[in-house]
Amino acid sequence: MKLNRLAISEEGFIFDPETGNSYTVNETGLLILKKLREGLGPEEIAEAMSEEYEVSPEEALRDVQDFLETIARFGLWEEKAWLK
Amino acid sequence: MRKPYQKPTILKLQVGFMRDKKSGLSRMVRREIDGVPVRELAERFGSPLFVFSERRLREQFRYLKRLFEGHYPRVEFSWSYKTNYLDAICRIFHQEGATAEVVSDFEYEKARRLGIPGDEIVFNGPYKPKETLRRAVLEGARINVDSMDEILDLEEIARETGEKVRIGLRVNMDTGIYPRWDRFGFNLESGEVLNVARRIAAGGRLEVVGLHCHQGTFILEPEAYGRAAEKLVQLARKLEEEFGWTIEYLDLGGGFPSRNRLKGLYLPPEVAVPPLSEYAERIGRALLSGLPAGDYPLLILETGRALVDEAGFLITTVRTVKRLPDGRRAYVLDAGVNLLFTAFWYHFRVEIEKEIPGPPEPCVLYGPLCMNIDVVEETAYLPPLSRGTRLILSPVGAYNVTQWMQFITYRPRVVLVTEAGKVEVIREAETLEDIVRRENLPEHLR
Repeated sequence: MKLNRLAISEEGFIFDPETGNSYTVNETGLLILKKLREGLGPEEIAEAMSEEYEVSPEEALRDVQDFLETIARFGLWEEKAWLK
Repeated sequence: MRKPYQKPTILKLQVGFMRDKKSGLSRMVRREIDGVPVRELAERFGSPLFVFSERRLREQFRYLKRLFEGHYPRVEFSWSYKTNYLDAICRIFHQEGATAEVVSDFEYEKARRLGIPGDEIVFNGPYKPKETLRRAVLEGARINVDSMDEILDLEEIARETGEKVRIGLRVNMDTGIYPRWDRFGFNLESGEVLNVARRIAAGGRLEVVGLHCHQGTFILEPEAYGRAAEKLVQLARKLEEEFGWTIEYLDLGGGFPSRNRLKGLYLPPEVAVPPLSEYAERIGRALLSGLPAGDYPLLILETGRALVDEAGFLITTVRTVKRLPDGRRAYVLDAGVNLLFTAFWYHFRVEIEKEIPGPPEPCVLYGPLCMNIDVVEETAYLPPLSRGTRLILSPVGAYNVTQWMQFITYRPRVVLVTEAGKVEVIREAETLEDIVRRENLPEHLR
């Protein structure tokens, strides 16, 4: 999976060795990436987020899906990746 | 204890894409307008909502008045009705000493209705309906003539009344700026003005007592006003010598810019827009050096935008959050180009009602209309916003509440924050009844 090849620092700096592109994520963005690597799906990630942060599971899920769409556009993630 | 939430974001790093987290954020927050919280305004009066500040209106008027009087002894500000003709706004400027500048039958009637006597009205515009023109003559308004046909109309009115009608001549000229507004009045360089003056003198029913020149809008070149003033002074002297008239006023029109960011200008308005003091200085210098000592005609200024723009705000709410195919975030606001006609020309300042964590990202602000042109801002840099977040757009005080459209939806309330900090509705929100009242369904369609 592409996601596993990314170099992700604890501060949220991301380097894609394949393309040479780099990115920054904020704290919650970093949490999503970590959970994706652990193999969690969007609902589970949203749940984890709402346990840790002041956000409803519904809003969190919407934001997770939005985030996934964005990283898919950057070519960092594919929809089916976590299903495998 | 859960941690405060920040929406997840990922940004691709690009060379030259600057993000200054702290200073950028604090500049983008506006919690209140003249001490009244934005949240309270929106909850009490709804969103979208136009908000005007009485304090800013009066302060700006006094500032400009002092500024111009510091450079020329006799200055009159004539409030440009088309810029904002809400009663409350006009009344504030009239209280401060402004006369009224109108360009149509409607605006003339609105000024009279507000209690402005005819002789405190400057009547401009390329089409003055004959009836209104007659009324303006009888009530002693300052009429600035735009065309030969209007001169013929006025001569006819003078014949009826049996009295000489005093008029001003609108002049267009080269002041070194582009585009040149040459469709209004009579051209100076081609000699048209003098020909017209000869014709007026020969007719014997009109008397030229003023000269008027409005160069355009949002003019960023103070020297253009200096040149206009200089040329008007020379023309005035020529008319006085040749025809024995006394030119009592020189009207330099409006067109002074506000601190709004004109599209196509790269620099922020603080840098690109010259301070108004430069305009005052150039005008004052040109007039004082061209006029004989002690003979100072009245200088009339029809400043609109520069007086009112920065006193107006629009509170609007994010109603929908979307992602565009190119990855940018897009927000659908409850106010679009139906309310913000000036969005076609200006980039507004976009502020958020509270601090929102997260890095600013490029995003698009759309209005609520089902039209592709309904874009309030093509590229704003905002942290990720939730549905329901309120934004404050400014400056929007000029032209929006006159050029707004009843299109697709209703027009919202307009409120005034008074100097005492009270909030008064100065225009109610439209209802279905307002719109259908003037319609008629023919019998066979009922």
